[in-house]
Amino acid sequence: MFSYKSYDVAVIGAGHAGIEAALAAARLGCKTAVFTITLDAIGNMPCNPSIGGTGKGHLVMELDALGGEMGKAADATMLQSRMLNLAKGPAVHSLRVQSDRRAYHRYMKAALEAEPNLDIFQDEVIEIKTENGAVSGVRTSLGGDFPCKTAVICTGTYLGGKIFVGESVRHSGPDGVCPADRLTQNLVDLGLPIRRFKTGTPARVHSRSIDYSVLERQDGDENIVPFCFDRTEPLENTRCCWIAYTNEQTHEVIRRNLSRSPLYGGAIVGIGPRYCPSIEDKVVRFPDKKRHQLFIEPCGANTEEMYLQGMSSSLPLDVQYEMYRTIKGLEHVEIMRPAYAIEYDCCDPTELYATLQSKRIKGLFGAGQFNGTSGYEEAAVQGFVAGVNAAHTVLGREPFVLSRKEAYIGTLIDDLVTKGVNDPYRMMTSRCEYRLILRQDNADERMCEKGRALGLLTEEKYQVYLANHNALEKELEHIRHTVIHATDGINSMLTALGESPLAGGISADALLKRPNVRYSDLLPFLHPDGDAPSAKVQQKAEIEIKYEGYLKRQSALADKLSREDEMELPEGIDYKSIRGLRLEAADKLDRIRPASFGQAARISGVNPADLQVLSVWLAKHRSDKGRGSADDQ
Amino acid sequence: MDHRLSTIAAISTPAGKGGISIVRISGPDALETASKVFRPKNGRDISSMKGYTAAFGTVHTAEGELIDQCVLLCFRAPRSYTGEDVAELQCHGGEAGIQAVLRAVLDCGAEPADRGEFTRRAFLNGRISLTEAEAVMEIVNAASAQGERAAASQAEGSLARRTQEYRDRILAVQTQIAAEIDFPEEDVDEADRDKLTEEVGNLAADLSSLIKRYDAGQKLLRGIPAAIVGSPNVGKSTILNLISGYEKAIVSPEAGTTRDIIEEQVTLGGITLMLADTAGIRENASGEVERIGIDRARNRLLRSSLILAVFDVSRPLEEDDLALIEELRGRQVLAVINKNDLPAVADTEYIKTVFPSCVEISAVEDRSLETLEKAVSEMAGITGFDTDSPLLANERQRNCAVRAFDALNEAAGALDRGYTLDVCYALLDEALSVLYELSGENVSEEVIDAVFRDFCVGK
Repeated sequence: MFSYKSYDVAVIGAGHAGIEAALAAARLGCKTAVFTITLDAIGNMPCNPSIGGTGKGHLVMELDALGGEMGKAADATMLQSRMLNLAKGPAVHSLRVQSDRRAYHRYMKAALEAEPNLDIFQDEVIEIKTENGAVSGVRTSLGGDFPCKTAVICTGTYLGGKIFVGESVRHSGPDGVCPADRLTQNLVDLGLPIRRFKTGTPARVHSRSIDYSVLERQDGDENIVPFCFDRTEPLENTRCCWIAYTNEQTHEVIRRNLSRSPLYGGAIVGIGPRYCPSIEDKVVRFPDKKRHQLFIEPCGANTEEMYLQGMSSSLPLDVQYEMYRTIKGLEHVEIMRPAYAIEYDCCDPTELYATLQSKRIKGLFGAGQFNGTSGYEEAAVQGFVAGVNAAHTVLGREPFVLSRKEAYIGTLIDDLVTKGVNDPYRMMTSRCEYRLILRQDNADERMCEKGRALGLLTEEKYQVYLANHNALEKELEHIRHTVIHATDGINSMLTALGESPLAGGISADALLKRPNVRYSDLLPFLHPDGDAPSAKVQQKAEIEIKYEGYLKRQSALADKLSREDEMELPEGIDYKSIRGLRLEAADKLDRIRPASFGQAARISGVNPADLQVLSVWLAKHRSDKGRGSADDQ
Repeated sequence: MDHRLSTIAAISTPAGKGGISIVRISGPDALETASKVFRPKNGRDISSMKGYTAAFGTVHTAEGELIDQCVLLCFRAPRSYTGEDVAELQCHGGEAGIQAVLRAVLDCGAEPADRGEFTRRAFLNGRISLTEAEAVMEIVNAASAQGERAAASQAEGSLARRTQEYRDRILAVQTQIAAEIDFPEEDVDEADRDKLTEEVGNLAADLSSLIKRYDAGQKLLRGIPAAIVGSPNVGKSTILNLISGYEKAIVSPEAGTTRDIIEEQVTLGGITLMLADTAGIRENASGEVERIGIDRARNRLLRSSLILAVFDVSRPLEEDDLALIEELRGRQVLAVINKNDLPAVADTEYIKTVFPSCVEISAVEDRSLETLEKAVSEMAGITGFDTDSPLLANERQRNCAVRAFDALNEAAGALDRGYTLDVCYALLDEALSVLYELSGENVSEEVIDAVFRDFCVGK
């Protein structure tokens, strides 16, 4: 009898989560397999042809500094790049690029193929086999029966996928790919609580049918910042985007046809994302708004398909034509891929530990939409964390968990496993209480040492980081120790900037803290010999000095709270037996099973008095344990 | 949360008027913290005190203002209730005074203790058994449930409403900023920077007045600062004894000896007064030392909201009396014309023209007390020394309000100095989460919920 190869890590799905999970596990030395329904959908972008955005740019940069792949692929395949929120402060600068989606797919497929420890299969996983409550293998629709120690579920919208276009409903994944219809039942049998979410996407239309002459043009940045901090090859904008607006006529078409929308007709039961409303939702919920904005974005360098961002819909095809054609510039628009809504199965993420491992099944991990999130970037970072932890389980290493004060990634995962989700979760800067210290510009400072310790950040990349890091430290020292004396030169500059002139000497850092003084203004005084550091180091130094007071304040807050996060709660606590704990708190704690005191404190329904009771219990537990081990000796 | 790291403090005697109230400080810096507010009479360094020893002295605010006399008890780890270093400040009974002592201790770096935290530490340090600790914890939890019920009561309700109002206002600002920042590509109208600055400034000012009102309220609880003045032998001591209700051994200094002000908390006409005996004031002071004493007395007189000026009707107004009348002209004065059982000689009409509130009594008669009470009560009714009750109920709440104010004040400052929106955004977050803490709730995703409710954003 043929015996199938056995694996350390089996990754189910090769979307943005699956790719990072598979690469991380394989690069950590685990024998890894990635299963996908079609190799042609590896790293597919079934929605926006874009990477990054508010909060998401942070995720991609953190992932890059840990040794992930997404940033590299995004840089390599970008068509247009823009740094959002430039005027709103460095903490919320967010990078977003338009991507060539086919080029991105090819890049990622090649990355997977290049990985020595990684096997790639086109097949649908239909069963996760377990022994004694732990993963033992996966079975595929073609009869493949692969023993494995761990499995990472990255099924995206394919799991139980169902597409709605008006009255037309069919079981399908995105872009005509078959859905994964059989795995859900297996997961239910394994005891996972499965729920149904929904998302949607707008139409792709033919470029030649758009009248660009009446649209607003949106160009990329002149100075492009890459996602990868170590990238040296210059990047160039090769395409632009366009802005259009709906009007009263559009809204009237939508209102008239609402009854034909599966969203409003009741055909769709899945819960949709609040941040990604369909145009029907927008019109219904904000009836006073006279127009809604949409962006027309290129899908690639070698395609005429254009993406109508902001106009996702599940209305019937004829209504889509009518609706889109009311828009100025789209009067003769030709739809290539119609808009649709898609429902899919996913799990309640409070079923997972912060390692993204299931609390029920050992060795089973989840990432991406399966965990209730939405977005390529959110998926990718979870894939990475799940892949690393699957590998660490096999290798007997410590769990890899990032905290809220360390990373957006930590914030995202803590939100998922502690608070759970009610609708598909999107990363936003608002979700991150430590956003002043968790910036894009210092993602390398925050993550590179961790990436290196994991063994996933390449040595070359680490050396680039180290050089930047040392240059920054040196520059900060230099700024703090340089005294700028009152001269005509500095004083005329200060007067021109609207600042009071100097009377005597002042340290450069104090001067840089003045509201209207920029690093570039001080450059000639700081580096009169032209030995200035790189532009990147200059920018970092400016932020660290200018915002120093606020950064310190937030760090102090973060440190105070992280003391609670360092107090670990042992596994397997029987919360319901703890005297003094209120029933509601005991139930919640029992379900969420927090890893630390800090996490317990973030659970809604657990109050400060409950935490005190818990700490008393914990101390007793420790002292009992201490006595126990003493007895053993 | 690590119990070894922080030093905590709380009032450890039940609320209400007992003979003694105690502020307990526990933690590694307990004695150091105590040394910042407590001044031992013997002048020794209290940080070198041994366990189970006591010192007598005075307790002061962080600014150095005298609050009360006090006995400090020192316990050294592990031989204390909590097993940590503990300092207990034992003061005179009375809610207001002890609150002021607690405030001073918190101002000097201690953190307010959570409910049951002393017990928790006691358990963690092995000072009490689990059963005992659990029993206390159950009470703690019951108390918290009771607290929740109490929140529905009117007094707590008004604080809850006020807190809710501030939260809503911060939330409105946050929602606008969050929508702008998280959805920069959508047509969210940008907030007017001036309006934003104004609203954040207003919020800071409102929090500040909430705190001030609490502080004023605390002072009122301690007593309206009042003073009793008059020339020698007009009967001040007798009046003071009449008001105190018992023969108090009033320090009777030799003329010209400097001394601290003696204050006494008395209740008169339903009003609590912090009554100071300022007998030391006289014009011809001899020497520098007495001069300082008189300056203090005068200062105390200036701070008094109510002055009882005593005159002897049985003799003509003398130079000292006339000087006193001039000095007190226009102040909140109750003129007390004493010894009306004797023939009237003094020009009482002149006194009455200067001081509209005037009573004639004989302090040796008990019924005179009633006359005084009525007069003080009337004055309070007319002038309303301050009848607003504070909304903040305790030091923990005040501590939250102060932190919220601080964050809002910083935010206003950052906007003013032209800092980018991200800074204000973070500071408002901080203020919002502290206000949630104030009302004992978990921070929720209210900002995000409000963004999606109020703005049409998302692609």
